[in-house]
Amino acid sequence: MSIIRGRKLSYEYQRLDEEGNPESTIRAVDGVDLDVQEGDFVAILGHNGSGKSTLAKHINAILVPTEGTLYVDGKDTRDESQIWEIRQTAGMVFQNPDNQIIGTIVDEDVGFGPENMGMPSEAIWKRVEESLKAVGMWEYRAHSPNKLSGGQKQRVAIAGVVAMRPKCIVLDEPTAMLDPNGRKEVVRTVQELNRKEHVTVLLITHYMEEVIEADKVIVMDQGKVVMQGTPKEIFSHVEELKARRLDVPQATLVAYELQKKGLPLPDGILSMAELADELEKLRGQRG
Amino acid sequence: MSIKIEHLNYVYSEGTAFEKHALRDVNLELPDGQFIGVIGHTGSGKSTLIQHLNGLLKGTSGAVYYNGRNIYEEGYNKKELRSKVGLVFQYPEYQLFEVDVFSDVCYGPKNLGLPADVTEARAREALRLVGLKEKHWKKSPFELSGGQKRRAAIAGILAMEPDVLVLDEPTAGLDPKGRDDILDQIQRLHDERHITVILVSHSMEDIARYVERIIVMNRGQVMFDDTPREVFDHYRELEQIGLAAPQVTYLMHDLAARGWQADVDATTVEEAAASILKCLGR
Repeated sequence: MSIIRGRKLSYEYQRLDEEGNPESTIRAVDGVDLDVQEGDFVAILGHNGSGKSTLAKHINAILVPTEGTLYVDGKDTRDESQIWEIRQTAGMVFQNPDNQIIGTIVDEDVGFGPENMGMPSEAIWKRVEESLKAVGMWEYRAHSPNKLSGGQKQRVAIAGVVAMRPKCIVLDEPTAMLDPNGRKEVVRTVQELNRKEHVTVLLITHYMEEVIEADKVIVMDQGKVVMQGTPKEIFSHVEELKARRLDVPQATLVAYELQKKGLPLPDGILSMAELADELEKLRGQRG
Repeated sequence: MSIKIEHLNYVYSEGTAFEKHALRDVNLELPDGQFIGVIGHTGSGKSTLIQHLNGLLKGTSGAVYYNGRNIYEEGYNKKELRSKVGLVFQYPEYQLFEVDVFSDVCYGPKNLGLPADVTEARAREALRLVGLKEKHWKKSPFELSGGQKRRAAIAGILAMEPDVLVLDEPTAGLDPKGRDDILDQIQRLHDERHITVILVSHSMEDIARYVERIIVMNRGQVMFDDTPREVFDHYRELEQIGLAAPQVTYLMHDLAARGWQADVDATTVEEAAASILKCLGR
């Protein structure tokens, strides 16, 4: 069953001049059909300004379509009476960890959501414990968030969303401000939530390496979905991705360079280990 | 003509419970015209270090020499130093504030007290150097894309005509093309103007592709200071401090372990591809 189902979803906004008169209309999302199955890990790629963040904000009804429809777990996001249920179904994590943490102690921050749902405190603490354990931050529960690293803060932000027990989490460039270790921590955490807790994940990123284990990759350009498929299928199109201001994983790039020089390597190699295996086969054939 | 750092220490919140030794006995010489990368995990001291280069932070002890003069000397002209050592912070576009791009780029040279015609000539040159087209110059910074805003902010520093350009993560949050465009432009600037460029980055691939020298910071100390090939040869130690080698380096080590005569010091895609072709007799 599709947990997210968009049909001809479009979002337009007006740019105003200095006097507040409409100057031009911008179609940030343009006729997108979107189907995400429950439990899927879907990555969304696209250059700055391609419409991917605007699309993401529709999934928990921060924005609603100006044309077309979006159903989240069977609920129409245009129906204001369902907005809180939709937001409980789909949680969001943003780029800057410092903008998302409000508590002065890690566990209080994570408990903020459930507390606002009016849960009894025993149940709140149970959820806080579950969530912090799920992101591997339980031992930091009594710490002050501002003493944590960027990756740790992002994991606390993710725990805050997990505490709401959403079926789906949307992450909008959660690793853009992190160092290599922080990036790894966050990606691993998200992958585990997907695999172990079966949370549906939509990950927006500019790091191609974070995408190679996704079930499905969606590429956006000028508000439209222009490519979709498995990582292998998508990253077989090196030139098209480059033309869309994107990139491919480094292993794919090395393989592509070697193909151009005449090595008969298959398309869509995603990891260095895979590339090494293919090269080894080639060497074997040479005998 | 160079920057020289001697026995530099910096302690945050000295004498309080939050005391933190951010730099420990740092000694570095940064000669003119080099393209240098600085890497280190969050909290390693790299941002603290670069803020000493133009005197924004003053060392708790030790000295920083710019062109042979100690910048901590009494009466040293810090204002001039800051026009010579340009610092581009992370997300510099948040610092754009003027009504249009051109005025924003003029702000620096205007404050140096330069006449209007010189200021404007410098702004035009700086905007050309970062590759921002003239049709954008009279726009509000808010009308530009992320990559364009970033370039406008860098142009604001270039208009000061610095001899040393320090960039703290200039590509964070940009899409891959935007990232390559900015780094290519910085490279061109380095080649054309022969200025020193110091690039702080979390991307080992970018560092390997552009710089000739890498300084690795760890716990406030300089851990390595060498060419990319030499530094990334220590990839196991880099991993222990939360860093890594460029991904192709791992491929080359993997192949070498399988008995290939692979160049394990390769750090870029081109070097790796060339070595593999050679191994296969192509």
